[in-house]
Amino acid sequence: MTAALEFRNLTLGYDRHPAVHHLSGKVPEGALLAVVGPNGAGKSTLLKGIVGALDPLTGEIDRNGAKKEAIAYLPQLAEIDRSFPINVYDLVAMGLWRKAGLFGGIGRQDRRSIEQAISAVGLDGFEARTIGTLSGGQMQRALFARLLLQDARLILLDEPFAAMDENTIADLSDLIGRWHGERRTIVTVLHDLDYVRAHIPEALLLAREAVAWGRTGDVLTSENLKKARRMCEVFHAGAPVCEETA
Amino acid sequence: MSAYQYMIAPFVEFEFMRRALVGAFALGLGGAPVGVFLMLRRMSLTGDAMAHAILPGAAVGFLFAGLNLFAMTAGGIAAGVTVAVGAGLIARSTGLKEDASLAAFYLVSLALGVLIVSLKGSNIDLLHVLFGTVLALDNATLILIASIATVSLLALALIWRPLVLECVDPNFLRSVSRSGAPTHLIFLALMVLNLVGGFHALGTLLAVGIMMLPAAAARFWVRELTAMIVLAILLAVVSGYAGLLLSYHSGAAAGPAIILVAGILYAGSVVLGPIGGLKRHFVPARHLEA
Repeated sequence: MTAALEFRNLTLGYDRHPAVHHLSGKVPEGALLAVVGPNGAGKSTLLKGIVGALDPLTGEIDRNGAKKEAIAYLPQLAEIDRSFPINVYDLVAMGLWRKAGLFGGIGRQDRRSIEQAISAVGLDGFEARTIGTLSGGQMQRALFARLLLQDARLILLDEPFAAMDENTIADLSDLIGRWHGERRTIVTVLHDLDYVRAHIPEALLLAREAVAWGRTGDVLTSENLKKARRMCEVFHAGAPVCEETA
Repeated sequence: MSAYQYMIAPFVEFEFMRRALVGAFALGLGGAPVGVFLMLRRMSLTGDAMAHAILPGAAVGFLFAGLNLFAMTAGGIAAGVTVAVGAGLIARSTGLKEDASLAAFYLVSLALGVLIVSLKGSNIDLLHVLFGTVLALDNATLILIASIATVSLLALALIWRPLVLECVDPNFLRSVSRSGAPTHLIFLALMVLNLVGGFHALGTLLAVGIMMLPAAAARFWVRELTAMIVLAILLAVVSGYAGLLLSYHSGAAAGPAIILVAGILYAGSVVLGPIGGLKRHFVPARHLEA
């Protein structure tokens, strides 16, 4: 089976401090992978690296030839300026970036896909509402509609269910299930371990380094989780230069 | 006095009033949309700091060539770009936050600019530089201001999508495109250009007023970006027109009168505006059913 993603001795970080440290491994095409771990474990950083928003300090990411635009990325809700005066329709339409780019027009067919995407996440009638008036759940639905439009083979989700109610989680879960059924590759950062155990077949437990990676049941053992927590507590400002190579 | 005599005749009778009106309109047309984006990116004070930063460049131009349009424009643009890039670099490579390093830059710039002008010129020249001469715009200056407005509107149209995305969801933009950094630079350049244009008419201290006040006022009336920009332009144009009239009839200085009218429109919006205005705050309407 071909790999949609391969990390080779990948180190990502900020200002020389590694947030993801010497990670190696493959994500096969069509996989549904949960990235779990304590706060500060490098989960969001890993997604930013995959999407190309952050260049590796060392090592590399093989995207199997996928271009930047062929990856759909859901940033954390908290990183979006929801006071900006833009409406739901325009926000969702950004999903057409790969097709329309900087200047491309948006035709009748495109407008239909935008309306369909908005409808698919249950936001009919919200098109003209500015995003500042949406609840957290509605906002996340709008961002999922944008993902739908991106129509990507590789989908990265950063905490899609943070602070969402059951109803929203169920609906968004269905969308993720649909993508999985279409053999798209999905990598999602999650905190709810019970949810991961119930719905996500594979997991990567990250604590800057990979603690465990494989079938969810084998990864999320109490021993591994304890180890992950311990490993995340060792950051300090005067850390020496890392000598490890491979 | 009839309404015509009061509101239209000054512009029919005097060419300098017509020129001032065209200049003020062009400034509003180019500056207000830039102001809206500055406000939405929480860079309102950056605009203010940059307006001061232009001064020493223009002053150096003045030192060598007197009140020469080209020399002062080139100097202003050079100084503005230097400070914008310099403050960004210092913020990035030291621990100092960008607003603090901008404050440092603009204070030094203001002192330096006033000092340079006072070395060669009189107090009149200093007033000219600090507060502009909207009633004495010659052809070359008008063409410069109009060109800057044209370039601004065209450039904003070209970078519209990445600029909006950079404001709302910068991580998403980074995930689909590398246009974030160039967009930011083009936007900073537009800000400097508009400040330099405004500098000739309104002076270094007030140039930023015609950008920020209409933008801040518009926010109290409309929710959507396009509407906000259209309204900000309208408010800027109205400020220009009403400010010139006020100055004509009262004998007050024209530049400050324009900014003062913009300020009055802003204050009115703060009080009466339906979106977050004070009236809603103090005179609560009964809540709706849904």
